[in-house]
This record gives sequence, C-alpha cells and structure tokens, in this order.
Amino acid sequence: MTDLSHIRNFAIIAHIDHGKSTLADRLIQLCGGLSAREMRDQVLDTMEIERERGITIKAQTVRLAYRAKNGRSYELNLMDTPGHVDFSYEVSRSLAACEGSLLVVDATQGVEAQTLANVYQAIDNNHEIIVVLNKIDLPAAEPERVKQQIQDVIGLDASGAVAISAKTGLHVDQVLEALVERLPAPKGDGNAPLKALLVDSWYDAYLGVVILLRVKDGHVKAGTKIRLMSTGAAHEVDRVGFFTPKPETAAELGPGQVGFLTAGIKEVADCKIGDTITEDRRPMAEALPGFKPSVPVVFCGLFPVDAAEYGQLRESLAKLRLNDASFQFEPETSAALGFGFRCGFLGLLHLEIVQERLRREFNLELITTAPSVVYRVHLTNGDILELHNPADLPDPVRIDHIEEPWIKATILVPSDYLGPILKLCEDRRGVQLDRTYAGSRAMLTYRLPLNEVVFDFHDRLKSVSRGYASFDYQLDSYQEGQLVKLTILVNAEAVDALSCIVHGHVAESRGRALCVRLKELIPRQLFKIAVQAAIGGRVIARETISAMRKDVTAKCYGGDVSRKRKLLDKQKEGKKRMRQYGNVEIPQSAFIAALKIGDD
Amino acid sequence: MNERGFGLYVHWPFCRAKCPYCDFNSHVRETIDEARWRRALIAEIDHYGGLAGGRTLASIFFGGGTPSLMAPATVAAVIERAGRHWRFDPDIEITLEANPSSVEAANFEGYRTAGVNRLSLGVQALNDRDLKMLGRLHDAAEAISAVALARRHFERGSFDLIYARPGQTAADWESELRQAIAMAGEHLSVYQLTIEPNTVFAGAYRRGELAMPDEDTAANLFETTQDVMESAGLPAYEISNHARPGGECRHNLTYWRYGDYVGVGPGAHGRLTIDGAKRATRQHRAPEAWLQAVELEGHATRTSDPIEPSDRAAEMLMMGLRLVEGVSDANAKAETGRGLDELVDGARLARLVEGGFVERSAQGLRATAAGRQRLDAVLAELLAGANLSMARN
Repeated sequence: MTDLSHIRNFAIIAHIDHGKSTLADRLIQLCGGLSAREMRDQVLDTMEIERERGITIKAQTVRLAYRAKNGRSYELNLMDTPGHVDFSYEVSRSLAACEGSLLVVDATQGVEAQTLANVYQAIDNNHEIIVVLNKIDLPAAEPERVKQQIQDVIGLDASGAVAISAKTGLHVDQVLEALVERLPAPKGDGNAPLKALLVDSWYDAYLGVVILLRVKDGHVKAGTKIRLMSTGAAHEVDRVGFFTPKPETAAELGPGQVGFLTAGIKEVADCKIGDTITEDRRPMAEALPGFKPSVPVVFCGLFPVDAAEYGQLRESLAKLRLNDASFQFEPETSAALGFGFRCGFLGLLHLEIVQERLRREFNLELITTAPSVVYRVHLTNGDILELHNPADLPDPVRIDHIEEPWIKATILVPSDYLGPILKLCEDRRGVQLDRTYAGSRAMLTYRLPLNEVVFDFHDRLKSVSRGYASFDYQLDSYQEGQLVKLTILVNAEAVDALSCIVHGHVAESRGRALCVRLKELIPRQLFKIAVQAAIGGRVIARETISAMRKDVTAKCYGGDVSRKRKLLDKQKEGKKRMRQYGNVEIPQSAFIAALKIGDD
Repeated sequence: MNERGFGLYVHWPFCRAKCPYCDFNSHVRETIDEARWRRALIAEIDHYGGLAGGRTLASIFFGGGTPSLMAPATVAAVIERAGRHWRFDPDIEITLEANPSSVEAANFEGYRTAGVNRLSLGVQALNDRDLKMLGRLHDAAEAISAVALARRHFERGSFDLIYARPGQTAADWESELRQAIAMAGEHLSVYQLTIEPNTVFAGAYRRGELAMPDEDTAANLFETTQDVMESAGLPAYEISNHARPGGECRHNLTYWRYGDYVGVGPGAHGRLTIDGAKRATRQHRAPEAWLQAVELEGHATRTSDPIEPSDRAAEMLMMGLRLVEGVSDANAKAETGRGLDELVDGARLARLVEGGFVERSAQGLRATAAGRQRLDAVLAELLAGANLSMARN
C-alpha cells in the first residue's frame, strides 16, 4: 500500500487541440507505462470517434510510477476527463477525484472559452493548478502574452508556468516534478469505513460493468460487499485494479487511490456518475456531496432512413445506452418519417456523438429532426408539462404560459469580430451580462435562451468569427417566454417532423424561410403543391410549387425497353420512401434536407 | 385490338463520326471487312430463324449507327436471308436509316433495288450553324436534296429533326418546322434534345458550356410542335412521331404495341416468344467482340431471359402509353392474362384520370396530350401502385 504522501492525483484541463492527449502520451512514456511498441497517439482515447475528433468522451485514468529528483517513488494518477460543456457534470466528478490540475494552454492560441469553465470547476474543487504552456517549439508561440492573458482572464498566477512542447517532449519532465512538488497529497483514513467516489463506468463485454473510482477512506478489494448509495443496491466485488493504461489487477485500493472495480453489475445505468460507494456491512451515513442524476437538455427524433432498419436502430440505441446512461430514448411515430425514437442528450455535442456512433459503429443511415429543448408548459388547470417534443404541445387554449430554459454563455473572441458576435447574440434574444477585454480579445457573458442556441448558433458563431470565437455555456434557469408553435403544412396537412416551437418574434421569418426552402427542395410533380407555415390556425407564409409541365423521354424504341423498365423499378423503390399529402407524394429526402435548414 | 406485328431489327454499328449528342451503340472505324460483317449478320438471322421461324414478318428495320454506310448488296443479302426463315407479309415495311449526305444519297437507288421500301433520314436541322453544332457531316442544302431524292425513290419515308437546341428560339424552331413540313411526306420524327450520359454534350453541359432550355421553355416548345404538326395534318401518334393517317412506322408500332421482334447485330435487343414464353434478348454490344462470338458460335446472344409477367405488364404499359391510341384491354389480356383494371392501382388511376392525364375507355387506357407530355411522371405514378406481381400468364 502506497503511503498517502507518495500519491498525487491530477486532471488535465485543456481546450480541444491544445495538446492534452499528446501531453498524456508523453507522461505515460516517461514513466514507462507502455513500451514503445504499445505506444500510439492518443492512447487514452479508445473510441475511434474520440481519436478522430480530438475529444475525450469517457473518463480514463492512468497510474504512473515516477521516481522524482528527490529520490522517492511516487504514484501519480492521471485523470483524463471529457473536455466539453455537454459533459460538465462528468468533468466535475472527475475533478472531485483529484487534488490538482494541469491547465494546458496552447502558447500560440491562448485561453479559450471551454477552458474557462473547466478551470473554474477545478478552482471550485479547491485544486492546486499548475499552468503548462504547450507548443512553445512553434515560431508563433507567445508564452509571455499568454501568461499575461491567463492572469487577466482567469485570475490565475501564471508566474510558475511550465513551458513545454508535448510534441517534442521538451521540458515534460518538469511537469512531473511540478506535480510532485506543488500538488498536495490526498488525505484519507485507511481504517474508516469505505467511502469512494464513482467517477465513471462503462460496459465491457467480458467483465460486465467496470466502475472507475477514487477511494476517499477505507479499502476495497475482491470479496468486499459494496453498496451504491443512490440505489442502495449491494454487489460483491470480483476484482480491483488500476490502469497503466493496460488494466492491472491489484490486491486492494486504499485511501487516495484511483482505480477500477468489477462486481458483476449488469447495467451502466445502475452506476451513476458521482454516486458514493460504501461498504454494505458498514455503510456511510452521508453520501459524498455533489451527486446529481444526469438530465438530458436537448431532444431530437432519430428515424431510420430505411423503415426496415427500425429494429436494428432500437437494438443499437440499447447497446449505446449500456455505455452511456446519460442518453435516453423512447419510441416516437412521425407521419412524415415513420417509426423512430425521441432521444434526449446532455447537449448538442453529445447528440452529434451518439448520431455519429450509430452511423459508424452500427452502420445506420439516420434522419435527425431539429433539436429541441425541454419546455415547461404551464396548463390552465395548474398542471406543468415537461415537453420534449414540439409535436406534443397541447391545444393553445389549455396553455397558460410556457417556460423555456436559459443558459449563461461565455464567449471569447478576438476584438475584430466583436460586432457580428454582439449582433448574433442580440438576434438570438441574448442579454449581455458582462464584457471585458484581455489584450486583443474580448470576453462576453450572455444570458441566452437555449432554444436559440440549439438552432445553428454554434455554426453561426464560428462563421461570423471565421472560427476564432470560442463558446461555452451552463444551464441557468427557466423563464417564461412568448413561445408559439410553428407548423408547416403541405397541401393543408401538417408535417409533424418540421413543426417547432419558436419565439413569437422569429416565427414569421422562420416560417417563411422554411416554406422557401421546401419550395426549392420539393421537385415539381403532376399536381401543384401548397406549402404553408402557420402559427396556431393562422397561416403566415405560403409558397406554391407549380405543377410539372414536361417530363417525358424523347426516344424510346425496341432497344430501350429493358433499361427504361429498370429505371421505373428504381423509381418504384424510391416511392416507398415517399409520404402522401393529398394528391402528391413528397420524397422523404426533401424533409431531411429541410431539417438541415440551419446548415447554411 | 391492333395488330401488333412481328419485326426484325438489324443493327449496323458504324458511323463516319460520332455525334456529340448520341448515346447509341455507334463506333467509328477506319475500315471494316464488310463481307465478314455480312456473313455474321446472316448467321444471327439463321440463329433466330431457327428459334422462331415460320412466322409472318411485317417489318424489317436497319438501324444504327449509320446503316446507309452498308453496301446495297449487304442490305439485299440480309433481306434475302430473312425471307428464308419468315414469310413476308404482302405489305412488308422495310426501313433503312440514312444520313442525308450526297455520298450516301448515291446509294438510295441501290437500297430500293435491294428491297428497302422506306427511308428514314437523319436530317436533324435545316440550318448549317445548328448542323455543325450537332456534329453532323451534311449541310442544309444536302439534306434538302437528299429528302427530295428519297421521295423520288421510295414511296414511304420519314426524316428526323432535333429541337430545343442550345440557343434556338421558339420562333426559329417554328419557322424551321414549317419548312420541314413543306418538305415532308407522310411521316416526321421530332425529338427534343436531351443530354444523355457519356456523350460529348454531357461533358459540355456539366461544364456549363451548353445552355439547355428550362422546363417551362421545353414545355412551350413541345406544345408549339404539337399544335403546328397537328394543324399541318401530321398529328402525333407517339410522343415524338407524327404521321398522316396510314403513314405510321409499322416497325416502331410493333415496339410500342409490345409485339415480338428479333434483334440482330451488336447490342441489338429483342422481345421474342420462344416455346410460349416471351424472352428479352440482347446481343453482345462491342462490335469486334460481337463479330468474334458470331463467328465462333453462330450468334452473339448475351442474354435471353424469360420476362416475368409483372415485368411484361410494366413494359407493355410503358411502351403502349407513348402511343396516342394507348393500351387496349385486349392486348393486356393477350400479354398478361389480365385486364388493365387488374394491373393498375385503382386509386392512383383515379387520381390520374381526375388530373386529366389519362383516359379509361371500354377498350383500353390512353394518355391524354397533357399526360403524354409528362409521361415519365405518369408512368412512375401508375406503376408504383400497380399490383403487377399478381399478373399471370
């Protein structure tokens, strides 16, 4: 058992591409965690999607054995955390398992908005923070300016910053020394009853659910009967261990240590992040602070393009949920899109990740309906309805008022692009809370309605700032809004997949834009088509797709019969993906394209 | 019930130059050994004559490529050989497609002597600028005299025009069409220019070098064409084919009425009933490979597959609705064993009837003028809901 004073637990905080994974790779190499043969880039990002997009979705830990310059051997536990706002709760739990953090900042770029939120979380967790300036080997590196910025923007003393190049390995050893010298050792009582924090969990095909934990007090080993405090469920531990990053079995895990356990648990959903693990025989009276069940904030419909893939989609969603309990799904039926699922996500990135994994790992072609937030609908009879799907909005006469979620957003942007960013925020009903400057960059704090953010805000932000603005947010509160349901009608029939809830001020322009877009997308047909946008019963926009005037093959003789018939067979297949509106059939592809209205 | 006829199609795959709009099976060769080609065509006629001989032949059609590059002796040999396998209808129609250049016009009389009684000329345009743009090797003056010469030698005939050319105005086309009508005899084929994949025009179009008319312009041109032709006494009997009553091309009517036809030569298709089952036949497409196969095996058939009843019904409707006369219940019954009402979806048919695109009479089903102008969409609608798989022989 390692002496508590020889343990250091730390997290790495960094913006995407600022070098977190590369630094982790170097630290592992320096401490001999993996042989050169086993080493590859971003070893900790196990999912293909993590590696490709440079983001970490699941928390990972590595135990490093480091012999410091003072001659003593230390056990360093590196906690690689998800780095995105959608996973801020997961991040907070990972941080709660550590005593300190490395704040990695790209010396050519400076601080970004995402970094801020995580640094503040680390400060909230009383972390000792070591500033690491990365990429100093690049000619564009400006370590002094970035140090100043860290002091101005974050309010963190950066005088002791370690300047490194994770890529070349320059001064990475100084990072290890700083960890040993500057981070406090964990505290804990080995004789007290078991008290451990559940940091993350995932499903392993052979072991069942694997729990990542940080022991605060007491010990856990094979045979210990543990209890998960949020559910009260008890399980007998099969195995405990740690990662190097390869899994290694250990005799036990004691106070201050980070590692994993398996206990024959079947479902990840039973192992809630932030839960307290205690001993069934000697349970704790009080759970660790900070636990909250994860609640999806963004919802959308997922439909298979090919209706025959519905069953496969259901199985795939269930499989994904095995590993990601924060994501929810329930069956949904759409007249336009057929059978699918209403799914809840922690945020837009989470939505994208799930969608992409379904596409890649399960080979499913999907239609995603416009993302929607959770509205609180106050009915005239006093009931409150949590609305996940705009199609379910009750009759307006039954509604007293609707509340929508607002967020507090932080935007960092070079001052040159400030104008368009301010305009974008105003257009999206934003309320400015703060505006400060640090060097050539401005930091804006806004309150914004989340439904304006899920509708292409991030894309617009990137486009008006040429990609320089960075953005982060946290949920703030619910607030009453003048919200209406916008319905799109084709030949007087509502297209459920396109209905959305919007603010009264933008309803008309949004409705008009959708009608124009549909007019472009729906090909002319034998009969004319009316496309309308309506709020309640009031039509606010109309476009007419005039009937087709000519569509005939000029030459068709004896040699053309087979080819032409095969073409008709193909068209017939295509008709299966059409939906009848009055006397016309609209291809599903038109609705799919219309759902991407925010993309350009 | 209209007589569906039984025809023979002979494909001659060579051209002096490939036209930029053409996606037909045509090839340019420095020289060819015509005697070998003649023997091979005859061998394929023998092959199909052996499989489906003894019937009455109503028409022969020499298509291409450019069949007017064949020596009259080759044409004569082919016709003679067909006569050994099939009884010639007393009114047999023997058509040859010809280019209206002065070189080819020199052979017209020879073709007449060989037995050809109908000439179809690829005039395409009546002004030199457009002929050049279409890659044709003749000029307008040559075309005009070739048409006159053809009319002297052949009692029956037709010529082709292409319209909706890049840069052509509605007024240009109308006056050119009137000039063509004045020259025409009993038959005229007018095709709207379409961009076919894998042609020179397709590349130019993709690069934005060809300004093609939009749908409304194309529709106006089509409607104008219909009106002008109709008032000149040459109404449409098919989408792109116009004739005075009795002047219709009988061979092509066999295709549209979904009758039987034999196809010989590279890439030729056939629809042929052998031992009671209608088959789709296709010959090897590449000229040299076709020739080799015929010399080795006596024929170059790539496929000869019985056609499913559902596919027969689809093909019959697809071809038959191109004709003004439409598809008759009698033909539908003869082909599929079922009446038209059993072949198509009632609700879809009703919508199309209500929209004025098709008409159902006691005798059959026909597309109206509006329906023919949008036939591809009408067919997609009609055949999508068709319960064709139930159709039985």
